[in-house]
Amino acid sequence: MSEVRRSRSAAEGDAYRDPSAMDAASDVTRAALAAGRNPRRWGAWYVAEHRFRVMRSYTGTVVVAGIGSPLLYLYALGVGLATIVDGSVGAEPVGGVSYLVFVAPALLASAAVTVAGEEFTYPIMLGYKWNPTFSGMHAAPIRPQQVADGVILSVAVRMLVNAVLFFALMLVFGAVPAATGFLAIASAVLTGLAFGAVLMAYTSTLEEDTGQLAMVMRFVVLPMTLFSGTFFPLTVFPIWLQPIGWISPLWHGTELARVFTYGYPEPIWLTVVHVAYLVAMFAVGWVWARRIAVRRLRK
Amino acid sequence: MSDLTQRDLAPASLRVRPARSLYAGNARAVMFRGWRATRSTNWLVMVSGFFEPIFYLLAMGIGLGTLVGDVSTEGGQVVPYAAFIAPALLAVAAMNGAIYDSTWNVFFKMQFARLYEGMLSTSLGPLDVALGEIMLALLRGALYAVGFQIVMQALGLNLSWWALLALPAVLLIAFGFASVGMAITSYMKTFQQMDWISFVMLPMFLFSATFYPITVYPQWLQYVIQALPLWHGVELVRGLTTGAVDWGMLWHVLYYAVMIAIGLVFTTKRLRALFLD
Amino acid sequence: MSQPVIVARDLVKRYGEFAAVDGISFEVAPGESFGLLGPNGAGKSTTMRMVGAVSTRTAGDLTILGLDPDRFGPEIRSQLGVVPQADNLDTELRVRENLLVYGRYFGLPRKLVAERADELLAFAQLEDKGKAKVDSLSGGMKRRLTIARALVNDPRVLLLDEPTTGLDPQARHILWDRLFRLKEQGTTLLLTTHYMDEAEQLCDRLVVVDKGTIMAEGTPAALIRRYSSREVLEMRFGSDRNADVAGRLAGIGDRLEVLPDRILVYSENGEAELERITGAGLHPITSLVRRSSLEDVFLRLTGRSLIE
Repeated sequence: MSEVRRSRSAAEGDAYRDPSAMDAASDVTRAALAAGRNPRRWGAWYVAEHRFRVMRSYTGTVVVAGIGSPLLYLYALGVGLATIVDGSVGAEPVGGVSYLVFVAPALLASAAVTVAGEEFTYPIMLGYKWNPTFSGMHAAPIRPQQVADGVILSVAVRMLVNAVLFFALMLVFGAVPAATGFLAIASAVLTGLAFGAVLMAYTSTLEEDTGQLAMVMRFVVLPMTLFSGTFFPLTVFPIWLQPIGWISPLWHGTELARVFTYGYPEPIWLTVVHVAYLVAMFAVGWVWARRIAVRRLRK
Repeated sequence: MSDLTQRDLAPASLRVRPARSLYAGNARAVMFRGWRATRSTNWLVMVSGFFEPIFYLLAMGIGLGTLVGDVSTEGGQVVPYAAFIAPALLAVAAMNGAIYDSTWNVFFKMQFARLYEGMLSTSLGPLDVALGEIMLALLRGALYAVGFQIVMQALGLNLSWWALLALPAVLLIAFGFASVGMAITSYMKTFQQMDWISFVMLPMFLFSATFYPITVYPQWLQYVIQALPLWHGVELVRGLTTGAVDWGMLWHVLYYAVMIAIGLVFTTKRLRALFLD
Repeated sequence: MSQPVIVARDLVKRYGEFAAVDGISFEVAPGESFGLLGPNGAGKSTTMRMVGAVSTRTAGDLTILGLDPDRFGPEIRSQLGVVPQADNLDTELRVRENLLVYGRYFGLPRKLVAERADELLAFAQLEDKGKAKVDSLSGGMKRRLTIARALVNDPRVLLLDEPTTGLDPQARHILWDRLFRLKEQGTTLLLTTHYMDEAEQLCDRLVVVDKGTIMAEGTPAALIRRYSSREVLEMRFGSDRNADVAGRLAGIGDRLEVLPDRILVYSENGEAELERITGAGLHPITSLVRRSSLEDVFLRLTGRSLIE
């Protein structure tokens, strides 16, 4: 019995189109049915609006970090480190381009992952538990799924802003030889969201943070950043270690960005695999995050 | 509550302030509390901190090392890339650990848990609190450093017996960052301000001869980097683990001694102003 | 006669084996002020969550404004104002921003929300706090802001879950005054409380809930009439003597209640009872005659003190 009801409530979705409900309705009921229309359609957007307002309170940080850290990374690695890499082995091991061109798209993709690491951890704990604004949204006409959607939407926008800034600096450094380079912006956002949606779903399951998030940063985010073909091609590892890179969304995102920014030579099917892997990972994370939102907010 | 005595209730001007109100010689009590708290809550997180520099060493030293080959140090010695960055990572880990413990951790205890208010209402003085917190951070830092050096030894990255002195050097570096970090934190009011600390750390981490010699930079930038603390730490530890030791390294030691002194003076002053006046 | 705003029949909510709400039925008419009274863990908040269309019932029937909350959650919630037990204002935003953001959740145009935000700040006596950070507000102010936020959609029904718990007496009275104004304007109120005085102040009608079931229902005055007497005499003879003395008070008052710290005598005339007792040579350390209250009703119904 309870199972039946639960699945019905999860399908809260289409009820307002039910004509039988309209017939018998009094004025009060009709007013309610009318007032539900906007939130059902635009609820996720209202949540995103809220998140933008919160982000505005730390615009300074976002902008300084958004311009400052790409600048630092591009200069330190793409120029500084490049001097000794290019001087030592030349262009051969990194696909026939300068180290700057090789490393820049990887830095772009991992910047999106960094944003995901910031926005899908503590702000999620905050919303569910420490300052339960998500319950507040649900007490208003917003559905739990819309809460998840809205958060993801708002972070996607922030990622896009960051990626555009980053890409502009890459152009300044002369790190984008190919005309298709701008597509790397899209691939970076996709990479960030693929990892971010799964991270959000995981964070949503946490009733309490007793260090799990710090562990995720240390044992997932950091190794992923270091071992995803970011600073050196995955092929320097023996073949049995390379699958570690294959499961990493950042590796797929990085390789994809390289294809766009300098025409990194790889078979077309592999490029399709990169996109498919990232899209699939995002879809899984997204659906999972929505489910947990329903479970947690409709207890 | 019973510790709220006449002394606390008397007007500040009437209070006698002997040296003991500054330092009761009981920093151990503060350390003990911190150790208990760590053990009961997040010891796994604490242990995990050990892996961070190891990951960097494996990725950059071994992975990137295949592209870079050998590098020449400040002193002109040519060493494998992993042996070049390992001491730098050790110094960076000391900085990161010390800064984390003395900024975020202390900020939280000060602003939210109001832990220090409670401590200072007992016989403990502000210097006890400052030293206790810093010592605890150093203890942790020492554990990581020993672990990292064992890994370095196993990978053959300690090129000289001088490397044994890298451990005290790391503690010196951590002490310097912790005392300055704590002093800065005591002036902070919001999380947003705390974010600026990371903005200072990132360029230091990237530019201080960590991953390549600073000679690749224009001269003016080299001067800037040499004025910052991490560069001194990296050079000090690198000199020891590669065995390129000379008297000039004492300047690095002096730099940190001054940092420690300045940090402690300001922290103590500030804690007294915040909680005792 | 207009149809009831809320109809609950045999409402049940189970968490695994545990029944937080175990067959509750009640109706609330438009404009009525209805209270759920009971101790912590009685099932009040769970009932409120079901009525608020944010928790799915396990069994029974529930309609709000003629709609089933399982299917029409957003529609129902668009007509409700909710004041939760713990404030969940967004502490990362400022006071007025909290109202602006919340108003948008109802799909209201920005301009309308901005106008209402200013009106509501005035209503909540927070006009000069619009730009303040939420954390800088006192407990009473936060509560008022939460109520203002709940009113941003001009709701037909206001759900208040322990609205004054944790507030100092002055803040409580300000809040009661605001709620009373809403009631006068015709807003339907559904509130939970474990404070007797609050229930007597605000509720037209109430149910006493304990362990997930309804113990009694009626107006505050009727409940007091039915389950208590007009006056109560409270006496203390010292913790070790109360039980002993009680044995010698047979026949005094309508009814006697012996608590660990005092003896309660229920009667039409407390003063007269006190005279009879002192006349019999028993002299309490302290004595007090007071009007009977809902607390006495609760004590009678459950046999234990309400606030534990």
